[in-house]
Amino acid sequence: MADTRVTLSGLALDNPVIAASGTFGYGAEFARWYDLNVLGGISIKGTTAEERFGNPLPRVAECTGGMLNAVGLQNPGVKAVCERELPALAKVFRKPVLANISGFSVEEYVRCAEALDAQPNVGILEINVSCPNVRGGGMSFGTDPRAAAAVTRAVKKAAKKPVYVKLSPNVTDIAAIAKACEQAGADGISLINTVLAMRISLKTRRPVLANKTGGLSGPAVFPIAVRMVYEVYEAVKIPIIGMGGVSCAEDVIEMMLAGASAVQVGAANLRDPFACREIVKALPGTMEKYGIGSLRDVIGGAH
Amino acid sequence: MRKGLFAVEANRKIARGTYEMILSGDTGAFTAPGQFADLALPGFALRRPFSVCDLQGDRMTLVYKVVGKGTERMARLGRGDVLDILTGLGNGYDLARSGQTPLLAGGGSGIPPLYLLAKRLLERGKKPKAAFGFNTAAEVFYEDEFRALGVPVVTATADGTHGEKGLVTDAIKRCGGFDSVFCCGPEPMLRAVYDAADVPGQFSFEARMGCGFGACMGCSVKTKNGYKRICRDGPVLERGEILWRTQG
Repeated sequence: MADTRVTLSGLALDNPVIAASGTFGYGAEFARWYDLNVLGGISIKGTTAEERFGNPLPRVAECTGGMLNAVGLQNPGVKAVCERELPALAKVFRKPVLANISGFSVEEYVRCAEALDAQPNVGILEINVSCPNVRGGGMSFGTDPRAAAAVTRAVKKAAKKPVYVKLSPNVTDIAAIAKACEQAGADGISLINTVLAMRISLKTRRPVLANKTGGLSGPAVFPIAVRMVYEVYEAVKIPIIGMGGVSCAEDVIEMMLAGASAVQVGAANLRDPFACREIVKALPGTMEKYGIGSLRDVIGGAH
Repeated sequence: MRKGLFAVEANRKIARGTYEMILSGDTGAFTAPGQFADLALPGFALRRPFSVCDLQGDRMTLVYKVVGKGTERMARLGRGDVLDILTGLGNGYDLARSGQTPLLAGGGSGIPPLYLLAKRLLERGKKPKAAFGFNTAAEVFYEDEFRALGVPVVTATADGTHGEKGLVTDAIKRCGGFDSVFCCGPEPMLRAVYDAADVPGQFSFEARMGCGFGACMGCSVKTKNGYKRICRDGPVLERGEILWRTQG
């Protein structure tokens, strides 16, 4: 019998498949189509202190093997998430969720973290220092080890629950940033966020996205994510949640071999709303095919 | 929303750059005209959304314009090909808010959903009339199909090669009276109809979508009733809630 259970900082997951932030909303849409409790976890849409509309349209573009988005952290603000979205999700999903937090200042990260830390169905705080689609926030914290460490330290001080820092791939040395977060007290690392990218329309001769640049996700970034998870695994001792283009059970196992203790599935949800469920369903058979009894045994197995 | 496999029954060119595809599969998720189907095409990361032109039992008709690589690929599909399609997406038009003599105003590839809408309005005893706008005579389609339903049609072409010379708003002037409007087309055309027809109206918006079912926030717009996702809360917006983008 294939054992798909994994743990993240003491939190037991039935399987390593977590719906990635920004591709699953607050779960409500998907809960109408299937029982979310088959998932290992859900990382909710990135939350900021105040409500945000996000960027002008177009916000999405396509490319071979993936897509670009520049949504710009549209969300109803932390108060509405705590009062409305999380209680609604608790009704259809009985497991702890990852609360994804973004901010434009250390103080804002702390404010959001304090509010979400107090929610009963939040299991892990996922600090997003890597959104490429907003100015003056997000990624500017995640491309400098000192800034990433400062956010981590401040949030860690304010929160009781495990703090995972979600890193940007748009750096030369992701391992150094992961290490800085670990030293600042992070309980785990999530990676990768999207890869900064651009498409240009031949008809208008202008960038397709109104924001000009966007974040690339989908199967095209999977090998980049695997490489970075591999590098970070060598640099830190804390658990890693691997993500970036995961679209099948084989990808989950490959990401875990690179060093991930759990895996998030993002862009695949947007092409197929049932993608996460299908991946969970395929895991035991795929494990059997490769002679894997327990998924915990493959974590970091490629090193 | 439902996900299912559809078989291509026919796929033919009906005007310059415009194709009519007939598919068979489970159409049970559709509840209103103006809803759309989201097609997964092999080799393309994102689905393609198309408002449904007609439904008859398990048969679904889509009329689409070739505008890029995805629709070029679609144009090469034929009988025997099978597509993964999400159905029953979007809100669709609200028939209960139609007047007795509604105007169906459509521009180019915005015309197809008005066909199923016309059928549903006729079933309810309404007397719809249609005003269409195209670029040129070679691109005109579906005039006869609407007339066969008993819907009077006035068409305008931008270059005057067919019908009135001008825009859909010029066609509207020759339609006579109407008490409500249903509209679908590119945004400048929606805006022109909004300005020209000061009656209760429902406007179907186009957008570049990520998912098509409300998850990614890729197609959000501001309305008088707050932020809405074109794919999930639309594509049809009521006249009274629309905030045109230039207004903020």
